Amino acid sequence: MSHAELVCPAGTPAALRTAVDAGADAVYCGFQNATNARNFPGLNFTPDELAVAVLYAHGKGTKVLLALNTYPPAGKFDLWRQAADLGARLGVDAFIVADMGVADYIARAHPQARLHLSVQAAASTPEAIRYYCAHFGVKRVVLPRILTIPEIRQIRKEIPCEIETFIFGNHGLMVEGRCSLTNYLTGQSTNMDGVCSPASDVEYVRDADGAMSSRLAGFTIDRFGPDEMAGYPTICKGRYTAPHRPEEYYAFEEPVSLNLSRLLPELIGAGVHAFKIEGRQRSKSYVRGVVAAFRQAVDDIRAGHAANIADLLALTEGQKQTQGAFETKKWR
Amino acid sequence: MSTRIRTIPPGSGVVSRLACTMVQPILSRVVRRIAAQHPSLFARLGPHQGTDFLIDPVDLPFALHLRPDPQALLFRAVPRDAAPQAGAVIRGRFLLLLELVDSEEDGDAAFFSRDLEVSGDTEAVVRLRNALDDVEGSIAEETAAMFGPPGRAILGHLRRTYSRDPIRT
Repeated sequence: MSHAELVCPAGTPAALRTAVDAGADAVYCGFQNATNARNFPGLNFTPDELAVAVLYAHGKGTKVLLALNTYPPAGKFDLWRQAADLGARLGVDAFIVADMGVADYIARAHPQARLHLSVQAAASTPEAIRYYCAHFGVKRVVLPRILTIPEIRQIRKEIPCEIETFIFGNHGLMVEGRCSLTNYLTGQSTNMDGVCSPASDVEYVRDADGAMSSRLAGFTIDRFGPDEMAGYPTICKGRYTAPHRPEEYYAFEEPVSLNLSRLLPELIGAGVHAFKIEGRQRSKSYVRGVVAAFRQAVDDIRAGHAANIADLLALTEGQKQTQGAFETKKWR
Repeated sequence: MSTRIRTIPPGSGVVSRLACTMVQPILSRVVRRIAAQHPSLFARLGPHQGTDFLIDPVDLPFALHLRPDPQALLFRAVPRDAAPQAGAVIRGRFLLLLELVDSEEDGDAAFFSRDLEVSGDTEAVVRLRNALDDVEGSIAEETAAMFGPPGRAILGHLRRTYSRDPIRT
């Protein structure tokens, strides 16, 4: 049986302490700049805050993983270099990277550092993963959410590093690290600026009938009826019309969250080393509830019992959940 | 399943103005105390320290006007018909808003379920949410403690009422 490490999100120092206290084995977080893929306003850590957070986490036996998982634009590499140096100085336990240049810099400047390959790298084949392992010493890959469990089991046999999979939270199926939908409307890059649907470009409008429209950069991307659950204001989860589809429909994805609580034993059996909970942008309430639920579930499984996972539906996007491609590629 | 905020009550007239007058001394004291206890909150607000927020508890007879400027802090009750032009509006039932301030409820989940509405400057709302979420401890309990045993008793009653509320579950 694999170790089944629980890797949990923290958008603020208070959320990090909440995750640690709720039983996280590791917590991932980022600085307040474009070096990470959740560069949201008011979120993330100053260097001083991260220093205190690392001490707190280590004091409780929890690892801190620093997300440097965006792609430096030409001429701006210094920001990523400084973040890596700072993380190394503060004693983070691993760096989560996507860009080969960032991986190469850390491997050379901080050879003792542990590298995890972010889902933003979109490495989903043994050939790609082995390349990162061979050239940068990557010790763990975070797999994209597009693989079935049999495929994960097969990949595990063909790579020399650990596997981490998402088990709960946002269900993004676009080719991560290569999705440019936000750029088209806002001019900001998910992959280089760290912002998908930047809040400064988002607007919600309540209509007279109680419906709500969500707009991005002035474009309406969805309209939720008075009796409908809402979703995030991302282009990939909007509803559109097309010449062949006059009725509005989800052209890319639906607002729904991943929840693999029922598949944990199979994932452990497939050799998954670590389970990731998405949601650095979510509240302490979310972190407390989701981390505690999965801590209990993983502990139950490791003790040989059936997992009794708490109902997390209220925390899911649109109050809908799926096992996505992990169950079957025909999930939609 | 139905959304929770069907209509926005008027919040105007004599009752509203009287209620505003009654709660204002409490609000002023509360906001000064929170600012003194949690100065780091302002850093996360960044450029939105000067933004006017209208926090609208739809089940109370008034709205709340917040400008979180540490140099000129403003938190006042206003009748809805006299509310200022706000940069951002946050609307929901009072107890939900209280639970969100204390991170006992998740803001995204309340948005998904349509219990929470936001309009205006979304970045300002996100910054305020993240600033409050980084506060350790309970702002509601700190506030209640300012008023001694009666304050704590009222908070306890409100929370029990909220936890039994069939709309919430």
